[in-house]
Amino acid sequence: MKHDEPGSGFGTLLYKELLRFWKVSFQTIAAPILTAMLYLLIFGHVLEEHVQVYENVSYTAFLVPGLVMMSMLQNAFANSSSSLIQSKVTGNLVFVLLPPLSYLEFYGGYVIAAMIRGLIVGLGVLLVSIGFVDLRLEHPLWVILFALGGTAILGTLGVIAGIWADKFDQLAAFQNFIVMPLTFLAGVFYSIHSLPAFWQDLSHLNPFFYMIDGFRYGFFGISDVDPRLSFAVVLLFNTALTATTLALLKRGYKLRH
Amino acid sequence: MIPAIDITGLTKRYRALEALGGVDLQIRQGEFFGLLGPNGAGKTTLISILAGLVRPTSGSARVMGHDVVTEYRAARRMLGVVPQELVFDPFFSVRETLRIQSGYFGLKKNDDWIDEVMHHLNLTDKADANMRALSGGMKRRVLVAQALVHRPPVIVLDEPTAGVDVELRQGLWTFIRRLNADGHTIVLTTHYLEEAETMCNRIGMLKQGRLVALDTPANLIRRFHTVYLKVRLEGEPPAALAARASVDEAGRHCFKLDNYGDVEGMLGALRAAGCRIVEMEVAQPDLEEVFVNIMGGQAQQ
Ligand SMILES: Nc1ncnc2c1ncn2[C@@H]1O[C@H](COP(=O)(O)OP(=O)(O)OP(=O)(O)O)[C@@H](O)[C@H]1O
Ligand SMILES: [Mg+2]
Repeated sequence: MKHDEPGSGFGTLLYKELLRFWKVSFQTIAAPILTAMLYLLIFGHVLEEHVQVYENVSYTAFLVPGLVMMSMLQNAFANSSSSLIQSKVTGNLVFVLLPPLSYLEFYGGYVIAAMIRGLIVGLGVLLVSIGFVDLRLEHPLWVILFALGGTAILGTLGVIAGIWADKFDQLAAFQNFIVMPLTFLAGVFYSIHSLPAFWQDLSHLNPFFYMIDGFRYGFFGISDVDPRLSFAVVLLFNTALTATTLALLKRGYKLRH
Repeated sequence: MIPAIDITGLTKRYRALEALGGVDLQIRQGEFFGLLGPNGAGKTTLISILAGLVRPTSGSARVMGHDVVTEYRAARRMLGVVPQELVFDPFFSVRETLRIQSGYFGLKKNDDWIDEVMHHLNLTDKADANMRALSGGMKRRVLVAQALVHRPPVIVLDEPTAGVDVELRQGLWTFIRRLNADGHTIVLTTHYLEEAETMCNRIGMLKQGRLVALDTPANLIRRFHTVYLKVRLEGEPPAALAARASVDEAGRHCFKLDNYGDVEGMLGALRAAGCRIVEMEVAQPDLEEVFVNIMGGQAQQ
């Protein structure tokens, strides 16, 4: 039997993953933007008069990049992890496992879709925020690099969590005990310089801190750490996670028994 | 010609459990092959290894000459699998589901074939319905359609008729027979042994992970010597003979005999007892009996 040489299935996997969140964009895009806006209104209102982290930067303005990054990270993670766990629990992951998709295509499809969802939500939060906060944009390239790096890391982390978890509550545990604490302790709401020395040192071990600090540098040109160092950490972390994920996928860990 | 499926020394262990204990099996191109066995015999495990969903512990399997582990991409293009579990993606309609599945195989412009498959499976009316809104039997049909989007030369169906109504079952078999006539190799598992007997040109029986029988349905039945002597008698036979028979729904006495040689003796005994035979039939067992016997009385379901 003669077959024409067919193309790759990667584009379709990516398209399917995008369609999946786009069809429920009220929950996957609008809801997280609203949540971020609530944080901004409440924290901004309560703390505006009392806290100033950087000179010439109002607290509300300081808050925006942190919230944008936090929304991007959480939604990138949510996209790949919830898609995988849903497909595993309902069993329809076989539709992706039966075709001749390589593990690299599998990885790319889930992570890039997660990044796109994170970036859309982040852009949404940013656009709504500049409606009522005066924001500077000193180094747009750094903003873009950290946005890409951060969403790639969390999209990958979501793939790992989605493959590892057998049930929804295990995924929730991953989210509540790893992702949330690391995000909140990364300086979304404060500069780590306002922390006691011990907590400052600890924060330097948190890769999420570098994502947020570098991202914020892109806006204000001020940061706790040199953005080049931050980006090196992001790259290193991303490489390590990607290598781990590809190795798991290649082995068929928890997917092909 | 390379075999459609070529399995050698295939084993699969789940910790202490041996799901497959060294299976050797070749299925020729164009065959209509039935894989039978009781629950837990290893049918789905074997199919999953062919599909790359399960990794073999040892041994190897090839689909149209391509090793399912080392040449998985080529092997998977050759194979269409209808899974046993009724799975679906609730985010999509029937047509979206089929287009996406087609795209996974790298086929972008495949709508003509998708329409044809939907037509043969009576899905055209439901093309734009969400998967969630379909009945179980219709979901099963979509699973069959999904397995066919890339026109695989080898089609494996894991209990395709479970939970499917009579009408659709007939339609499904007609369609699958046509695919077989067009040159597709068909492998199916089913717990309906009548189906297997009439459809399959060859049957393999799995028992606890081992292939315990492999032949045409006719040969399997022939090898099995039991015969049934069914007679309608005038009046009641004496108690000693009646005890050896069961009475079927037509009111006939059925005697189970070890082989044809015993028919003569049984007729003699009836004559000696003064029974007059009005009607007589000598019947062979069906595949179900052969199956039950091979499985050692461990009946299916
Ligand atoms: N992932 C798994 N982990 C552990 N044991 C498994 C796993 N999958 C299957 N088994 C075991 O392997 C054996 C064979 O199972 P399999 O599903 O292949 O049977 P089957 O012949 O398809 O049965 P059925 O007719 O019920 O579908 C069973 O004992 C089953 O419990
Ligand atoms: Mg099975």
